[in-house]
Amino acid sequence: MDLPFLTIREVSELIKRGEISPVELTGSILSRIEGVNGRVHAYISILKDEATDAAKEAEKLISSGTYLGPLHGVPISIKDIFVMKGTRTTCGSKILENFVSPYDATVVEKLKRAGAIIIGKNNMDEFAMGSSTENSYFGPTKNPWDLERVPGGSSGGSAASVAASLCFASVGTDTGGSIRQPAALCGIAGLKPTYGRVSRFGMIAFASSLDQAGPLTKTVEDAALMLNAIAGGDPRDSTSVHIPVPDYTRCINDGVRGIRIGVPREYFINGIDIEIEKSVKAAISLIEDLGGSIEEISLPHTEYAVSVYYILAPSEASSNLARYDGVRYGFRVSDADSLRDMYMRTRAQGFGAEVKRRIMIGTYALSAGYYDAYYLKAQRVRTLIKRDFDEAFKRVDVIMTPTSPEAAFKIGEKTGDPLRMYLSDIFTIPCNLVGLPGISVPCGFTSSGLPIGLQILGKPFDEETLLRVAHNYEIHTNWRERRPPI
Amino acid sequence: MRISKDAARHVAELSMIEFKEDELEKFTEQLGNILEYMEKLNELDTSHVEPTFHVLELSTPLRDDVVKPCLSSDEALESAPQREEGFFAVPKFIED
Repeated sequence: MDLPFLTIREVSELIKRGEISPVELTGSILSRIEGVNGRVHAYISILKDEATDAAKEAEKLISSGTYLGPLHGVPISIKDIFVMKGTRTTCGSKILENFVSPYDATVVEKLKRAGAIIIGKNNMDEFAMGSSTENSYFGPTKNPWDLERVPGGSSGGSAASVAASLCFASVGTDTGGSIRQPAALCGIAGLKPTYGRVSRFGMIAFASSLDQAGPLTKTVEDAALMLNAIAGGDPRDSTSVHIPVPDYTRCINDGVRGIRIGVPREYFINGIDIEIEKSVKAAISLIEDLGGSIEEISLPHTEYAVSVYYILAPSEASSNLARYDGVRYGFRVSDADSLRDMYMRTRAQGFGAEVKRRIMIGTYALSAGYYDAYYLKAQRVRTLIKRDFDEAFKRVDVIMTPTSPEAAFKIGEKTGDPLRMYLSDIFTIPCNLVGLPGISVPCGFTSSGLPIGLQILGKPFDEETLLRVAHNYEIHTNWRERRPPI
Repeated sequence: MRISKDAARHVAELSMIEFKEDELEKFTEQLGNILEYMEKLNELDTSHVEPTFHVLELSTPLRDDVVKPCLSSDEALESAPQREEGFFAVPKFIED
């Protein structure tokens, strides 16, 4: 049996019945990482010893009759944005190259408590700023479907590690599409929960009013299993929401009869790849055949979302990243002759170009004389975008769109033109600005064999309906039978 | 909107990032292009629209004021680039 290619649901059944051991399973993933990761570069750190110890621990517990649930003994990875006690957490940056965390993020704590084996920490765009994982200080991740192309970003290492079966699932973060877009470009499922559903404690901050953690998985059901483990209010994150966490797998097998699907005309615009439009429309028709009702809707302020996002996210980032000053942790220049000189050169050498660009945009937008024109203006337009969705969700239960206007692009294709790169996020950004949950699921391939993603957006805290629609689509298609040629 | 190199230099100083002259030139141009794209927002009249700073109704939760375990000073200092006698050490910044 080729263990690494199974799903969480499948391996957890085998573990539960004692047919495979967590040690054996972890070994099979570690040896696949050894053989394949050199070509994909999905990991910044591989936690071979920690994972092996955790697997032995899991095996002992399970054989003594204590089974913790579907993640028990299952090797997963996490984006290198989550701090994990005693391990290096870099956030893809030189400035944190040697940072070892003294504590666990809540997400890490919860995964450990569920018995998951954390096998490694995934590559990412520096401080989650990017749409291609080319902004990592540690070098780019390659798309497992075509090693000359990007995996998307910023959770590109997470998506590539799942697509290439170098783990059974990963947890990434999504500020403007950083879970959903790489999931689409790598042909897997990626869920961004409602803002506040998952704790941000120990997750390195980029834009605090937009950041949210979520799973990248091979199937929608696996995403539900992962969300079960990581969701919930947290006293250490005042923006986490203290409402009960349902069992997200409970309703996924209910059909879609009677579910109202909104299709926003603003998402099918000139410039969208024709093959993507065709695949997404076919997916919408399939949901209609399965009993969903389709309604065309309008989200008139969609075209302003990218501008709003690239003012607000850098503004929040410029403030959050002020903490990297070379004093308490991370990189510091060695020959500073004053404190100011130390700050200026530590940050000049420690940050990459895109991070500097965003700090500059944000600092400018928040600076005296420009605050009203940029920052406040963007917050007002954010209200208009929110109203669009409030109106739409009076009439429909979920909204279906493409995840990305194009499939995976070539490494280096957009690095010279930041604005062009920003437009990669055009369909994923509005969801973050409004705090909605969104998922991307595979819905086909381009003629050159690259995966295409369908995005489904839901009402706040209604991940259940989202997962149900996505799961119904997935089980009535066979996209998952294709595997990347690696 | 185009911004001047001097304006970009001012922002760089506020951001506490040192730039070489040629780097600053490239950034000035890129920032100008990005800001020009943002001008799109001026198509909208928002004079009667309230800003949405946050999507959730935020409150400030309180907890009982009870001492709980926290990091020891050694643990907190572990990743410091330079430390002395239980403190973070930095270059001198007060003149004699």
